[in-house]
Amino acid sequence: MVGPFAWFKWEALLKDGNVFIEGFGITALVAVLALGVALALGVIFGMLGASHWKFAKRASRCYVEFIQNTPLVIQVFFLYNGLPKIGIVLPVLWVGVIGVGVYHGAYIAEVIRAGIQAIPKGQREAALSQGFNYWEAMRYIILPQAQRIVFPPLTNQAVFLIKNTSVMAMVAGGDLMYRADSWSSGNIYYGPAYVVTGLLYFILCFPLAQLARHLERRAEVSA
Amino acid sequence: MIKLEGVHKHFGHLQVLKEIDLQVATGEKLVVIGPSGSGKSTLIRCINLLEKPSYGRVIVDGVEITAHKAPVHKVRQSIGMVFQQFNLYPHKTVLENLTLAPTLIRKVSREEAESTGMRYLERVGLKEKAGAYPSQLSGGQQQRVAIARALNMHPKIMLFDEPTSALDPEMIKEVLDVMIDLAHEGITMVVVTHEMSFAKEVGDRVIFMDEGVILEDGPPEHFFNNPTQERTKAFLSRILR
Ligand SMILES: Nc1ncnc2c1ncn2[C@@H]1O[C@H](COP(=O)(O)OP(=O)(O)OP(=O)(O)O)[C@@H](O)[C@H]1O
Ligand SMILES: [Mg+2]
Repeated sequence: MVGPFAWFKWEALLKDGNVFIEGFGITALVAVLALGVALALGVIFGMLGASHWKFAKRASRCYVEFIQNTPLVIQVFFLYNGLPKIGIVLPVLWVGVIGVGVYHGAYIAEVIRAGIQAIPKGQREAALSQGFNYWEAMRYIILPQAQRIVFPPLTNQAVFLIKNTSVMAMVAGGDLMYRADSWSSGNIYYGPAYVVTGLLYFILCFPLAQLARHLERRAEVSA
Repeated sequence: MIKLEGVHKHFGHLQVLKEIDLQVATGEKLVVIGPSGSGKSTLIRCINLLEKPSYGRVIVDGVEITAHKAPVHKVRQSIGMVFQQFNLYPHKTVLENLTLAPTLIRKVSREEAESTGMRYLERVGLKEKAGAYPSQLSGGQQQRVAIARALNMHPKIMLFDEPTSALDPEMIKEVLDVMIDLAHEGITMVVVTHEMSFAKEVGDRVIFMDEGVILEDGPPEHFFNNPTQERTKAFLSRILR
Protein backbone atom coordinates (compact mmCIF):
# COMPACT_ATOMS: atom_id res chain seq x y z
CA MET A 1 0.00 0.00 0.00
CA VAL A 2 1.44 3.37 -1.05
CA GLY A 3 0.66 6.38 1.17
CA PRO A 4 -0.70 9.63 -0.25
CA PHE A 5 2.57 11.36 0.65
CA ALA A 6 4.98 8.69 -0.59
CA TRP A 7 8.49 9.96 -1.30
CA PHE A 8 8.49 9.23 -5.03
CA LYS A 9 5.44 11.49 -5.42
CA TRP A 10 7.40 14.42 -3.99
CA GLU A 11 10.21 13.65 -6.36
CA ALA A 12 7.79 13.75 -9.29
CA LEU A 13 6.49 17.11 -8.10
CA LEU A 14 9.99 18.51 -7.77
CA LYS A 15 10.77 17.40 -11.31
CA ASP A 16 7.68 19.20 -12.62
CA GLY A 17 8.33 22.20 -10.36
CA ASN A 18 8.04 24.56 -13.32
CA VAL A 19 4.36 23.78 -13.64
CA PHE A 20 3.77 25.08 -10.15
CA ILE A 21 6.07 28.06 -10.49
CA GLU A 22 4.31 29.16 -13.64
CA GLY A 23 0.94 28.75 -11.99
CA PHE A 24 2.20 30.77 -9.04
CA GLY A 25 3.30 33.53 -11.43
CA ILE A 26 -0.08 33.67 -13.14
CA THR A 27 -1.93 33.71 -9.83
CA ALA A 28 0.26 36.58 -8.62
CA LEU A 29 -0.23 38.49 -11.88
CA VAL A 30 -4.00 38.02 -11.89
CA ALA A 31 -4.16 39.02 -8.23
CA VAL A 32 -2.24 42.25 -8.82
CA LEU A 33 -4.30 43.23 -11.86
CA ALA A 34 -7.58 42.24 -10.22
CA LEU A 35 -6.64 44.23 -7.14
CA GLY A 36 -6.14 47.26 -9.38
CA VAL A 37 -9.59 46.77 -10.91
CA ALA A 38 -11.17 46.16 -7.51
CA LEU A 39 -9.59 49.25 -5.95
CA ALA A 40 -10.63 51.49 -8.82
CA LEU A 41 -14.21 50.21 -8.77
CA GLY A 42 -14.30 50.18 -4.98
CA VAL A 43 -13.14 53.79 -4.58
CA ILE A 44 -15.51 55.08 -7.26
CA PHE A 45 -18.59 53.17 -6.11
CA GLY A 46 -17.71 53.73 -2.45
CA MET A 47 -17.63 57.49 -2.99
CA LEU A 48 -20.85 57.38 -5.01
CA GLY A 49 -22.49 55.30 -2.29
CA ALA A 50 -21.54 57.84 0.37
CA SER A 51 -22.62 60.82 -1.73
CA HIS A 52 -25.86 62.73 -1.40
CA TRP A 53 -26.75 62.20 -5.02
CA LYS A 54 -29.73 59.85 -5.17
CA PHE A 55 -28.99 58.32 -8.56
CA ALA A 56 -25.36 57.66 -7.69
CA LYS A 57 -26.33 56.04 -4.41
CA ARG A 58 -28.79 53.76 -6.13
CA ALA A 59 -26.31 52.77 -8.84
CA SER A 60 -23.73 51.93 -6.19
CA ARG A 61 -26.30 49.93 -4.19
CA CYS A 62 -27.30 47.89 -7.27
CA TYR A 63 -23.70 47.00 -8.09
CA VAL A 64 -22.88 45.98 -4.52
CA GLU A 65 -26.02 43.94 -3.88
CA PHE A 66 -25.97 42.19 -7.23
CA ILE A 67 -22.34 41.14 -6.92
CA GLN A 68 -22.36 40.27 -3.22
CA ASN A 69 -25.45 38.09 -3.49
CA THR A 70 -24.40 35.87 -6.38
CA PRO A 71 -21.53 33.36 -6.30
CA LEU A 72 -18.23 34.36 -7.83
CA VAL A 73 -18.15 31.07 -9.74
CA ILE A 74 -21.32 31.98 -11.60
CA GLN A 75 -20.01 35.46 -12.42
CA VAL A 76 -16.85 33.91 -13.83
CA PHE A 77 -18.83 31.31 -15.81
CA PHE A 78 -20.86 34.17 -17.23
CA LEU A 79 -17.72 35.94 -18.43
CA TYR A 80 -16.25 32.71 -19.80
CA ASN A 81 -19.32 31.03 -21.32
CA GLY A 82 -21.93 33.77 -21.54
CA LEU A 83 -20.09 36.69 -23.10
CA PRO A 84 -18.86 34.71 -26.14
CA LYS A 85 -22.56 34.13 -27.00
CA ILE A 86 -22.85 37.88 -27.63
CA GLY A 87 -19.57 37.99 -29.47
CA ILE A 88 -17.23 39.02 -26.67
CA VAL A 89 -14.42 36.54 -26.18
CA LEU A 90 -12.04 37.41 -23.36
CA PRO A 91 -8.66 35.73 -22.94
CA VAL A 92 -8.90 33.54 -19.85
CA LEU A 93 -6.44 35.71 -17.93
CA TRP A 94 -8.80 38.65 -18.33
CA VAL A 95 -11.75 36.53 -17.30
CA GLY A 96 -9.92 36.07 -14.02
CA VAL A 97 -8.86 39.71 -13.66
CA ILE A 98 -12.29 41.12 -14.46
CA GLY A 99 -14.27 38.45 -12.64
CA VAL A 100 -12.30 38.64 -9.41
CA GLY A 101 -11.76 42.42 -9.72
CA VAL A 102 -15.45 43.23 -10.16
CA TYR A 103 -16.37 40.81 -7.37
CA HIS A 104 -14.01 42.32 -4.79
CA GLY A 105 -14.70 45.83 -6.07
CA ALA A 106 -18.18 45.43 -4.58
CA TYR A 107 -16.77 44.49 -1.18
CA ILE A 108 -14.18 47.25 -1.29
CA ALA A 109 -16.91 49.75 -2.24
CA GLU A 110 -18.67 48.83 0.98
CA VAL A 111 -15.48 49.18 3.00
CA ILE A 112 -14.84 52.62 1.54
CA ARG A 113 -18.43 53.79 1.89
CA ALA A 114 -18.43 52.77 5.55
CA GLY A 115 -15.07 54.48 6.05
CA ILE A 116 -16.31 57.74 4.55
CA GLN A 117 -19.52 57.60 6.56
CA ALA A 118 -17.57 57.02 9.77
CA ILE A 119 -16.13 60.54 9.43
CA PRO A 120 -18.37 62.96 11.35
CA LYS A 121 -20.49 65.05 9.01
CA GLY A 122 -19.15 68.20 10.65
CA GLN A 123 -15.91 67.59 8.75
CA ARG A 124 -17.65 67.82 5.41
CA GLU A 125 -19.62 70.85 6.56
CA ALA A 126 -16.50 72.64 7.78
CA ALA A 127 -14.82 71.99 4.44
CA LEU A 128 -17.84 73.12 2.42
CA SER A 129 -18.20 76.23 4.57
CA GLN A 130 -14.64 77.18 3.65
CA GLY A 131 -15.40 76.95 -0.06
CA PHE A 132 -14.22 73.42 -0.88
CA ASN A 133 -16.48 71.64 -3.37
CA TYR A 134 -17.64 68.05 -2.80
CA TRP A 135 -14.66 66.39 -4.53
CA GLU A 136 -12.09 68.69 -2.94
CA ALA A 137 -13.61 68.04 0.47
CA MET A 138 -13.33 64.30 -0.23
CA ARG A 139 -9.77 64.52 -1.39
CA TYR A 140 -8.28 66.82 1.24
CA ILE A 141 -10.48 66.31 4.30
CA ILE A 142 -12.55 63.13 4.23
CA LEU A 143 -10.48 60.48 2.44
CA PRO A 144 -7.25 61.16 4.36
CA GLN A 145 -9.18 60.57 7.59
CA ALA A 146 -11.09 57.57 6.22
CA GLN A 147 -7.82 56.01 5.06
CA ARG A 148 -6.83 54.94 8.55
CA ILE A 149 -10.17 53.21 9.12
CA VAL A 150 -10.23 51.65 5.70
CA PHE A 151 -6.72 50.22 5.42
CA PRO A 152 -6.99 47.13 7.65
CA PRO A 153 -10.21 45.79 6.06
CA LEU A 154 -8.82 46.69 2.65
CA THR A 155 -5.75 44.56 3.25
CA ASN A 156 -8.00 41.70 4.34
CA GLN A 157 -9.86 42.08 1.07
CA ALA A 158 -6.56 41.70 -0.78
CA VAL A 159 -6.02 38.38 1.02
CA PHE A 160 -9.50 37.14 0.08
CA LEU A 161 -8.90 38.31 -3.45
CA ILE A 162 -5.70 36.30 -3.83
CA LYS A 163 -7.40 33.15 -2.59
CA ASN A 164 -10.42 33.75 -4.82
CA THR A 165 -8.27 33.89 -7.96
CA SER A 166 -8.35 30.08 -7.57
CA VAL A 167 -11.80 30.30 -9.16
CA MET A 168 -9.89 30.41 -12.45
CA ALA A 169 -9.27 26.69 -12.06
CA MET A 170 -12.94 26.27 -13.03
CA VAL A 171 -12.33 27.79 -16.46
CA ALA A 172 -8.91 26.34 -17.24
CA GLY A 173 -7.26 29.57 -16.15
CA GLY A 174 -3.68 28.33 -16.01
CA ASP A 175 -3.33 29.66 -12.46
CA LEU A 176 -1.77 27.88 -9.50
CA MET A 177 -4.93 26.03 -8.50
CA TYR A 178 -5.58 24.90 -12.06
CA ARG A 179 -1.99 23.64 -12.48
CA ALA A 180 -2.22 21.71 -9.23
CA ASP A 181 -5.54 20.19 -10.26
CA SER A 182 -4.50 19.15 -13.72
CA TRP A 183 -1.04 17.93 -12.68
CA SER A 184 -2.39 15.74 -9.93
CA SER A 185 -5.41 14.44 -11.81
CA GLY A 186 -2.98 13.12 -14.41
CA ASN A 187 -0.89 11.10 -11.97
CA ILE A 188 -3.23 11.10 -8.94
CA TYR A 189 -0.41 12.44 -6.70
CA TYR A 190 -2.94 14.70 -4.93
CA GLY A 191 -1.21 14.77 -1.54
CA PRO A 192 2.01 16.64 -2.33
CA ALA A 193 0.31 18.77 -5.00
CA TYR A 194 -2.20 20.29 -2.63
CA VAL A 195 0.24 20.69 0.23
CA VAL A 196 2.65 22.62 -1.97
CA THR A 197 -0.14 24.66 -3.54
CA GLY A 198 -1.52 25.55 -0.14
CA LEU A 199 1.93 26.65 0.96
CA LEU A 200 2.36 28.84 -2.11
CA TYR A 201 -0.95 30.62 -1.43
CA PHE A 202 0.17 31.01 2.16
CA ILE A 203 3.38 32.69 1.03
CA LEU A 204 1.32 35.28 -0.87
CA CYS A 205 -1.36 35.83 1.74
CA PHE A 206 0.40 35.63 5.09
CA PRO A 207 2.50 38.80 4.79
CA LEU A 208 -0.60 40.73 3.75
CA ALA A 209 -2.59 39.38 6.66
CA GLN A 210 0.26 40.42 8.97
CA LEU A 211 0.24 43.88 7.42
CA ALA A 212 -3.50 44.11 8.05
CA ARG A 213 -3.00 43.25 11.71
CA HIS A 214 -0.19 45.74 12.01
CA LEU A 215 -2.30 48.50 10.44
CA GLU A 216 -5.19 47.63 12.69
CA ARG A 217 -3.02 47.92 15.79
CA ARG A 218 -1.66 51.24 14.60
CA ALA A 219 -5.16 52.54 13.90
CA GLU A 220 -6.18 51.57 17.43
CA VAL A 221 -3.19 53.34 18.94
CA SER A 222 -3.83 56.57 17.08
CA ALA A 223 -7.59 56.52 17.63
CA MET B 1 -24.73 92.32 3.10
CA ILE B 2 -27.12 89.44 3.81
CA LYS B 3 -30.71 89.29 2.64
CA LEU B 4 -33.24 86.49 3.11
CA GLU B 5 -36.51 86.82 1.23
CA GLY B 6 -39.44 84.56 1.99
CA VAL B 7 -37.22 81.67 3.06
CA HIS B 8 -39.00 78.41 3.90
CA LYS B 9 -37.36 75.20 4.97
CA HIS B 10 -38.97 71.79 5.32
CA PHE B 11 -37.44 68.54 6.54
CA GLY B 12 -39.97 66.06 5.20
CA HIS B 13 -43.26 67.20 6.69
CA LEU B 14 -41.61 69.24 9.41
CA GLN B 15 -41.67 72.93 8.62
CA VAL B 16 -38.61 74.45 10.29
CA LEU B 17 -38.48 77.93 8.76
CA LYS B 18 -41.64 79.77 7.79
CA GLU B 19 -41.44 82.72 5.45
CA ILE B 20 -38.32 84.30 6.91
CA ASP B 21 -37.45 87.83 5.79
CA LEU B 22 -34.23 89.18 7.18
CA GLN B 23 -31.61 91.74 6.27
CA VAL B 24 -28.23 92.19 7.86
CA ALA B 25 -26.31 95.35 7.06
CA THR B 26 -22.57 95.47 6.42
CA GLY B 27 -20.74 95.53 9.73
CA GLU B 28 -23.82 94.72 11.73
CA LYS B 29 -23.64 92.29 14.68
CA LEU B 30 -26.82 90.27 14.72
CA VAL B 31 -27.57 87.94 17.61
CA VAL B 32 -30.07 85.12 17.15
CA ILE B 33 -31.80 83.81 20.24
CA GLY B 34 -34.52 81.22 20.68
CA PRO B 35 -35.47 77.95 22.32
CA SER B 36 -34.06 74.63 21.18
CA GLY B 37 -35.57 73.41 17.93
CA SER B 38 -36.82 76.84 16.91
CA GLY B 39 -34.79 76.83 13.69
CA LYS B 40 -31.79 79.00 14.63
CA SER B 41 -29.19 76.62 13.23
CA THR B 42 -31.24 76.05 10.11
CA LEU B 43 -31.53 79.79 9.60
CA ILE B 44 -27.83 80.53 9.98
CA ARG B 45 -26.95 77.53 7.77
CA CYS B 46 -29.17 78.91 5.02
CA ILE B 47 -26.88 81.94 4.84
CA ASN B 48 -24.01 79.85 3.43
CA LEU B 49 -26.33 77.27 1.90
CA LEU B 50 -25.23 74.38 4.12
CA GLU B 51 -29.02 74.04 4.23
CA LYS B 52 -30.79 74.71 0.98
CA PRO B 53 -34.04 76.64 1.49
CA SER B 54 -37.12 74.79 0.23
CA TYR B 55 -38.04 78.07 -1.35
CA GLY B 56 -37.24 81.75 -1.02
CA ARG B 57 -34.09 83.65 -1.91
CA VAL B 58 -30.80 84.20 -0.14
CA ILE B 59 -28.62 87.06 -1.32
CA VAL B 60 -25.11 87.52 0.06
CA ASP B 61 -22.96 90.47 -0.89
CA GLY B 62 -25.12 91.09 -3.95
CA VAL B 63 -25.05 87.47 -5.19
CA GLU B 64 -28.23 85.43 -5.13
CA ILE B 65 -26.79 82.12 -3.95
CA THR B 66 -30.13 80.32 -4.18
CA ALA B 67 -30.18 80.97 -7.92
CA HIS B 68 -29.62 78.10 -10.33
CA LYS B 69 -25.87 77.58 -10.90
CA ALA B 70 -24.93 80.35 -8.45
CA PRO B 71 -21.21 80.45 -7.56
CA VAL B 72 -21.90 79.00 -4.11
CA HIS B 73 -18.35 77.78 -3.45
CA LYS B 74 -16.94 81.16 -4.36
CA VAL B 75 -19.36 83.02 -2.08
CA ARG B 76 -18.65 80.64 0.81
CA GLN B 77 -14.99 81.67 0.72
CA SER B 78 -16.01 85.04 2.10
CA ILE B 79 -18.29 83.61 4.79
CA GLY B 80 -16.50 82.15 7.80
CA MET B 81 -18.41 79.69 9.93
CA VAL B 82 -17.77 78.55 13.49
CA PHE B 83 -19.60 75.44 14.68
CA GLN B 84 -20.73 74.23 18.06
CA GLN B 85 -18.50 71.13 17.72
CA PHE B 86 -15.45 73.09 16.41
CA ASN B 87 -14.97 70.69 13.46
CA LEU B 88 -11.24 71.24 13.19
CA TYR B 89 -9.47 68.90 10.78
CA PRO B 90 -8.00 66.31 13.16
CA HIS B 91 -5.39 65.01 10.72
CA LYS B 92 -3.81 68.45 10.33
CA THR B 93 -1.84 70.59 12.76
CA VAL B 94 -3.29 73.82 14.06
CA LEU B 95 -1.36 75.90 11.54
CA GLU B 96 -2.28 73.54 8.70
CA ASN B 97 -5.92 73.89 9.70
CA LEU B 98 -5.49 77.61 9.11
CA THR B 99 -3.60 77.38 5.82
CA LEU B 100 -5.39 74.50 4.06
CA ALA B 101 -8.31 76.38 2.55
CA PRO B 102 -6.42 79.64 1.83
CA THR B 103 -3.70 77.81 -0.13
CA LEU B 104 -5.93 75.31 -1.91
CA ILE B 105 -9.03 77.39 -2.51
CA ARG B 106 -7.91 81.00 -2.47
CA LYS B 107 -4.53 80.11 -4.04
CA VAL B 108 -2.65 82.21 -1.53
CA SER B 109 1.04 81.30 -1.29
CA ARG B 110 2.00 79.03 1.60
CA GLU B 111 4.33 81.68 3.11
CA GLU B 112 1.61 84.28 3.13
CA ALA B 113 -1.05 81.92 4.49
CA GLU B 114 1.32 80.89 7.26
CA SER B 115 2.27 84.43 8.18
CA THR B 116 -1.33 85.67 8.33
CA GLY B 117 -2.22 82.40 10.08
CA MET B 118 0.36 83.02 12.79
CA ARG B 119 -1.00 86.53 13.25
CA TYR B 120 -4.50 85.19 13.82
CA LEU B 121 -3.20 82.51 16.18
CA GLU B 122 -1.43 85.20 18.14
CA ARG B 123 -4.62 87.19 18.26
CA VAL B 124 -6.59 84.29 19.73
CA GLY B 125 -3.70 83.63 22.13
CA LEU B 126 -2.53 80.31 20.67
CA LYS B 127 0.63 81.13 18.78
CA GLU B 128 2.60 78.51 20.69
CA LYS B 129 0.12 75.78 19.64
CA ALA B 130 0.77 76.18 15.90
CA GLY B 131 2.39 72.75 15.61
CA ALA B 132 -0.03 70.88 17.87
CA TYR B 133 -2.85 68.64 16.68
CA PRO B 134 -6.46 69.53 17.56
CA SER B 135 -6.80 66.50 19.84
CA GLN B 136 -4.04 67.95 22.04
CA LEU B 137 -6.05 71.10 22.75
CA SER B 138 -8.84 71.86 25.20
CA GLY B 139 -12.31 72.62 23.87
CA GLY B 140 -11.88 76.34 24.38
CA GLN B 141 -8.54 76.28 22.58
CA GLN B 142 -10.01 74.28 19.71
CA GLN B 143 -12.81 76.77 19.30
CA ARG B 144 -10.37 79.67 19.25
CA VAL B 145 -8.39 77.84 16.55
CA ALA B 146 -11.64 77.35 14.63
CA ILE B 147 -12.24 81.10 14.75
CA ALA B 148 -8.68 81.78 13.58
CA ARG B 149 -9.15 79.22 10.78
CA ALA B 150 -12.25 81.04 9.56
CA LEU B 151 -10.52 84.43 9.81
CA ASN B 152 -7.53 83.30 7.78
CA MET B 153 -9.81 83.23 4.73
CA HIS B 154 -10.32 86.99 5.32
CA PRO B 155 -14.11 86.69 5.31
CA LYS B 156 -16.54 89.58 5.07
CA ILE B 157 -19.08 87.71 7.18
CA MET B 158 -18.66 85.48 10.22
CA LEU B 159 -21.37 83.03 11.25
CA PHE B 160 -21.32 81.51 14.74
CA ASP B 161 -23.67 78.66 15.62
CA GLU B 162 -23.66 78.30 19.41
CA PRO B 163 -19.87 78.53 19.60
CA THR B 164 -19.74 78.14 23.37
CA SER B 165 -22.50 75.57 23.96
CA ALA B 166 -20.17 72.57 23.94
CA LEU B 167 -17.67 74.16 26.31
CA ASP B 168 -17.10 73.81 30.02
CA PRO B 169 -18.08 76.99 31.85
CA GLU B 170 -14.50 78.02 32.59
CA MET B 171 -13.67 78.03 28.88
CA ILE B 172 -16.65 80.01 27.67
CA LYS B 173 -15.10 83.33 28.55
CA GLU B 174 -11.89 82.82 26.57
CA VAL B 175 -13.94 82.19 23.43
CA LEU B 176 -16.36 85.06 24.07
CA ASP B 177 -13.43 87.41 24.61
CA VAL B 178 -12.10 86.53 21.17
CA MET B 179 -15.53 87.14 19.66
CA ILE B 180 -15.94 90.45 21.45
CA ASP B 181 -12.51 91.51 20.21
CA LEU B 182 -13.55 90.55 16.68
CA ALA B 183 -16.80 92.48 16.99
CA HIS B 184 -14.85 95.72 17.30
CA GLU B 185 -13.91 95.37 13.65
CA GLY B 186 -16.04 96.15 10.63
CA ILE B 187 -16.83 92.51 9.96
CA THR B 188 -20.49 91.45 9.67
CA MET B 189 -21.41 88.90 12.35
CA VAL B 190 -24.38 86.60 12.84
CA VAL B 191 -24.23 84.81 16.17
CA VAL B 192 -26.59 82.14 17.48
CA THR B 193 -26.02 82.00 21.22
CA HIS B 194 -27.53 81.53 24.63
CA GLU B 195 -25.02 83.96 26.15
CA MET B 196 -27.24 86.90 27.01
CA SER B 197 -24.30 88.99 28.22
CA PHE B 198 -22.74 88.72 24.79
CA ALA B 199 -26.00 89.73 23.15
CA LYS B 200 -26.24 92.81 25.36
CA GLU B 201 -22.63 93.80 25.06
CA VAL B 202 -21.91 93.43 21.36
CA GLY B 203 -25.23 92.90 19.61
CA ASP B 204 -26.42 95.76 17.42
CA ARG B 205 -29.61 93.85 16.98
CA VAL B 206 -31.26 90.79 18.46
CA ILE B 207 -33.79 88.55 16.78
CA PHE B 208 -35.82 86.05 18.75
CA MET B 209 -37.03 82.95 16.94
CA ASP B 210 -39.69 80.46 17.91
CA GLU B 211 -41.15 77.65 15.84
CA GLY B 212 -39.57 78.84 12.64
CA VAL B 213 -40.62 82.49 12.74
CA ILE B 214 -38.91 85.66 13.91
CA LEU B 215 -40.97 86.99 16.82
CA GLU B 216 -38.81 89.92 17.87
CA ASP B 217 -36.39 92.04 15.92
CA GLY B 218 -34.71 95.09 17.42
CA PRO B 219 -31.86 96.46 19.50
CA PRO B 220 -30.90 94.43 22.60
CA GLU B 221 -32.40 96.98 25.00
CA HIS B 222 -35.75 96.54 23.33
CA PHE B 223 -35.50 92.78 23.41
CA PHE B 224 -34.49 92.47 27.06
CA ASN B 225 -36.54 95.33 28.49
CA ASN B 226 -39.80 95.46 26.61
CA PRO B 227 -40.43 92.41 24.46
CA THR B 228 -43.73 92.56 22.63
CA GLN B 229 -44.66 88.88 22.48
CA GLU B 230 -45.88 86.67 25.30
CA ARG B 231 -43.64 83.83 24.14
CA THR B 232 -40.58 86.07 24.33
CA LYS B 233 -41.46 87.08 27.87
CA ALA B 234 -41.92 83.45 28.84
CA PHE B 235 -38.55 82.55 27.29
CA LEU B 236 -36.77 85.43 29.01
CA SER B 237 -38.25 84.65 32.40
CA ARG B 238 -37.02 81.08 32.01
CA ILE B 239 -33.43 81.97 31.21
CA LEU B 240 -32.94 85.21 33.18
CA ARG B 241 -33.76 84.11 36.64
N1 LIG C 1 -31.21 67.45 8.76
C1 LIG C 1 -32.39 67.45 9.42
N2 LIG C 1 -33.32 66.51 9.16
C2 LIG C 1 -34.49 66.51 9.80
N3 LIG C 1 -34.85 67.39 10.74
C3 LIG C 1 -33.97 68.35 11.05
C4 LIG C 1 -32.69 68.44 10.41
N4 LIG C 1 -32.02 69.49 10.93
C5 LIG C 1 -32.84 70.04 11.84
N5 LIG C 1 -34.02 69.37 11.93
C6 LIG C 1 -35.16 69.72 12.79
O1 LIG C 1 -35.49 71.06 12.56
C7 LIG C 1 -35.86 71.71 13.76
C8 LIG C 1 -35.03 72.95 13.93
O2 LIG C 1 -33.67 72.57 14.08
P1 LIG C 1 -32.51 73.59 14.34
O3 LIG C 1 -31.28 72.80 14.47
O4 LIG C 1 -32.55 74.66 13.33
O5 LIG C 1 -32.93 74.20 15.75
P2 LIG C 1 -32.10 75.12 16.72
O6 LIG C 1 -32.95 76.30 16.98
O7 LIG C 1 -30.75 75.35 16.18
O8 LIG C 1 -32.03 74.25 18.05
P3 LIG C 1 -30.81 74.05 19.09
O9 LIG C 1 -30.86 75.23 20.03
O10 LIG C 1 -31.17 72.79 19.79
O11 LIG C 1 -29.57 73.96 18.31
C9 LIG C 1 -35.70 70.69 14.87
O12 LIG C 1 -36.96 70.17 15.17
C10 LIG C 1 -34.80 69.65 14.27
O13 LIG C 1 -35.10 68.39 14.81
MG1 LIG D 1 -28.80 74.71 16.75
